[in-house]
Amino acid sequence: MANAARTETATERAKRETSDAETAEAPPALSGGENGAPASPTPLFETLSGIPVKPLYGPVDVKPGLEERLGEPGKFPFTRGLHPEMYRKRLWTMRQFAGFGSAEHTNQRFHYLLAQGMTGLSTAFDMPTLMGYDADHAMAFGEVGREGVAISSLEDMEILFRGIPLDQVTTSMTINAPAVVLLAMYVAVAEKQGIGAEKLGGTVQADMLKEFIAQKEWICPPRPSVKICVDMIEWCAKHMPKWNSISISGYHIREAGATAVQELAFTIADGIGYVEECVKRGMDVDEFAPRLSFFWDVHNDFFEEIAKFRAGRRIWAKLMRDRFGAKNPRSWQLRTHAQTAGVSLTAQQPLNNVARVAIQALAAVLGGTQSLHTNSMDETLALPTEEAATVALRTQQIIAHETGVTNVVDPFAGSYFVESLTDRMEEEAMSYIRRIDEMGGIIQAVERGFPQKEIADSAYRFQMQVEEGRRTIVGVNRFGGEEEISIPVLKIDPEIERRQIERVRAVRARRDAARWEQAMKDLRDACRSDKNLVPYVLDAVRAYATLGEISDVFREAYGVYREPAVF
Amino acid sequence: MARKIRVLVAKAGLDGHDRGAKVVASAMRDAGFEVIYTGLHQTPEMIVQAAVQEDVDAVALSILSGAHMTLFPRVLELMREKGIGDVLLTGGGIIPKADMTALRQMGVGELFGPGTSTTAIIEYIRGAAPGGAASRSAKAGSAR
Repeated sequence: MANAARTETATERAKRETSDAETAEAPPALSGGENGAPASPTPLFETLSGIPVKPLYGPVDVKPGLEERLGEPGKFPFTRGLHPEMYRKRLWTMRQFAGFGSAEHTNQRFHYLLAQGMTGLSTAFDMPTLMGYDADHAMAFGEVGREGVAISSLEDMEILFRGIPLDQVTTSMTINAPAVVLLAMYVAVAEKQGIGAEKLGGTVQADMLKEFIAQKEWICPPRPSVKICVDMIEWCAKHMPKWNSISISGYHIREAGATAVQELAFTIADGIGYVEECVKRGMDVDEFAPRLSFFWDVHNDFFEEIAKFRAGRRIWAKLMRDRFGAKNPRSWQLRTHAQTAGVSLTAQQPLNNVARVAIQALAAVLGGTQSLHTNSMDETLALPTEEAATVALRTQQIIAHETGVTNVVDPFAGSYFVESLTDRMEEEAMSYIRRIDEMGGIIQAVERGFPQKEIADSAYRFQMQVEEGRRTIVGVNRFGGEEEISIPVLKIDPEIERRQIERVRAVRARRDAARWEQAMKDLRDACRSDKNLVPYVLDAVRAYATLGEISDVFREAYGVYREPAVF
Repeated sequence: MARKIRVLVAKAGLDGHDRGAKVVASAMRDAGFEVIYTGLHQTPEMIVQAAVQEDVDAVALSILSGAHMTLFPRVLELMREKGIGDVLLTGGGIIPKADMTALRQMGVGELFGPGTSTTAIIEYIRGAAPGGAASRSAKAGSAR
């Protein structure tokens, strides 16, 4: 049987990847299923990422030197968290990702979420915006406003933030390839509100390496893409002291199928890549490192996720201090946003997703996250409805205000199991990072397709485990079969595309043509030099150059990326 | 010996979610299909051209961006225009039930949502596209 043969190799590979001899013999199969569900043939006593888990942990499982590996909260190596008092002093930021349809629709949703007690904005853009196309481009056909808000020009951005004083909120923008354009638009909108860039707080995701690895939204090839990222890091370090210039993201890497260890390793390798490029440009590490931020996925394996957050902080602190010589303790801190795992949600029995999200969110909090997005139960079906998004936010509020988990800093410290898992994840992630260093760094590794292939293999292995019943997904391969529950789904009006096309065309017709032409010429010239592009993009958006026009300048100057189609 | 089933796995539009497409492609390959994967960001024209050139028995289109109601009909229309209307057009992604029904009525095959096993997809394609290419190669041969 082809499937059986495949299982052998998958299991062998899992064994090879786990380094010590803890790999337990597979226990006997369960004799019967519950509720008529098929029995799980061989329960996997391992984490979701394939790390073997013993029935009991004790002092022998924790290597000597634990106190040094832990440190105190707020101190190197930050295993126990970034702040001495953590959530007693300040809760995490509850930042719910929102964006759909037109700028007007999303602006209304922002006002609604702020009124519900949300403390930070987070913007989802539609596919054409993410890929650097205006709404009227042929590639945008059918996709305008579907997966997020459509932004083609500064005018859309003005509408998106209408009535929201930008010095009183922080805004995260999930934008990558054209991040420099959206950053410039945000600064330009603030200028119109009379607010200087130095007062703005928030993030652009702007992490292009993970795009090539996992999310696959790009314009230009890896090297010029990273160059533009570094331009932003450099410009923000000088002009936007409260702005996180990049959000180095494991989320998409995990969602594409990576294990927790791979998420940790490839994300931190990306971080190393950006730091190296900034240093090459002559920047002092302490000048920019305090504004680097991270973004983790939080999946179902409760203890593994907590260990991942803790291990991540420790790895980063050591790298920044010892490898890059950073002296400012803020440069050592891995500050992170987290989002519950979209990929763990099921279209079957969607109400169950509320429980999954609550457990994942709790792990992020116990792991010490700085900000959190909780997914809505309906996100495997469509963008969230207002009701579903509210339940997701309420889930965070319940954790924050009803459970008591915020009273104690890093409550799992000293747990034999959690400490052993934290050490194990650090070791395995560092072994990947060393392999990537040997390849010449993350850019070379990405160009060779190394992380991409590792992730695709993990995704396939996981799917086969599910199909063989070795992994249980409640409501999908077990405990299913009930009447399908239908929940309301958000519909996007196709009219939005037509109106957005009209608006971008009107902006092009109405703007000051001479000013636009000059700004575009200056930008083209800057692209042919080593100059930092941010000031040129800023001038272009002030002159109402559209996102698509600016992206076209990049396409002409740097070429268009095509991925080798491998699986 | 029976000719291997040839399937074009395609990603249409701007959608970069390729985890599912790659998992399905790998599973089909392990099940003995010949799999051609288009890679990302293909237009309907590029997909149909590849389907014609590769002489496939089925086109499996993956769409998670919400653009399925524009992209599936366009691919189907082009397949008919290019004389491969008998090739199975199937696929999957985040597609609401009502939209799946509407697309089926237009002539698209079975569509698969989240949580589907790869075995179900493979069995379906085995049943719905057997010999498609064999019967078509005669036609295609005379046209070339």
